[in-house]
Amino acid sequence: MVLKILYFASLRETLGQGSEQLDLPPGVTDVASLRCFLAARGDQWQALATVRNLRCAVNQEMVRFDSPIRAGDEVAFFPPVTGG
Amino acid sequence: MVRVQAADFDPGAELAALRLGKSQIGALASFVGLVRELNDGAGVSELTLEHYPGMTEKALEEIIAEARRRWTLIEVLLIHRVGRLLPTDQIVLVAVASAHRGEAFAACEFIMDYLKTRAPFWKREVTAAGARWVEARLADEQAAERWRD
Repeated sequence: MVLKILYFASLRETLGQGSEQLDLPPGVTDVASLRCFLAARGDQWQALATVRNLRCAVNQEMVRFDSPIRAGDEVAFFPPVTGG
Repeated sequence: MVRVQAADFDPGAELAALRLGKSQIGALASFVGLVRELNDGAGVSELTLEHYPGMTEKALEEIIAEARRRWTLIEVLLIHRVGRLLPTDQIVLVAVASAHRGEAFAACEFIMDYLKTRAPFWKREVTAAGARWVEARLADEQAAERWRD
C-alpha cells in the first residue's frame, strides 16, 4: 500500500524532510500503526513516538489516531497549530 | 471568501468591497491580527508563517461554513498571510457582515477562535536567542472550547 506522508513545522525540521512516499506492510491500517511503523525506523524518526501533542490529518482533514488509512491517502503529521 | 497569501492587505479597501452595493448589511465587524514585537518575554525580530497548502484553504472554508450554520451572515471574508513577516505587520483579517451587530461580533470572534486551533498554520519566530517555533497556548484551546454546543 503506497501512501504520501507529509511533515510540518518543528516536526519537519526534526525529521529533516517535509514529505516522503512509502510502500507500507499489510499490518499498517490506521494512523496509530503508521506512526509506530515510522518511529520504529530509529534515529530522528523516534521523535514521532515521543513528541507531545502530535496532530494528524488524512486527506487534508484533521483526524484521530484510530482513523483508518487506505492506499493513495495523503497523511500529514504536525505539532499543534499556531496561526492567527 | 478565503485568501491565503504572502502579500499584505488593505483592511479599509477590503471592507468597502465586501459591503459594496449590499443594502441589507447593517453591521460589519472585523478583526486584524498583527505581529507583536514581544512574545513570551523575548523581542521578536521576524516571524515566518508556514502552512499546509490545500488543507489550509479547506480548513478555513469549513470554519466559515460552521459560522454560517450558527449565525445568519451576509458576507464573510478571511485573509491570512504566510511567509516572512516583521513586527507591526498584519497577519490575518476576518470581516463578517450581517443585518445586526450581534451576529457579526459573535461570528468574527468564533472564526478567530477556531482558526487559532484548527487551521494548519505554524509560526516560527526569530529572537536575539535564535529561532524558535511558537508553542500552542492553552488559552487558545480554551477560547475555542467556549463555542462547543
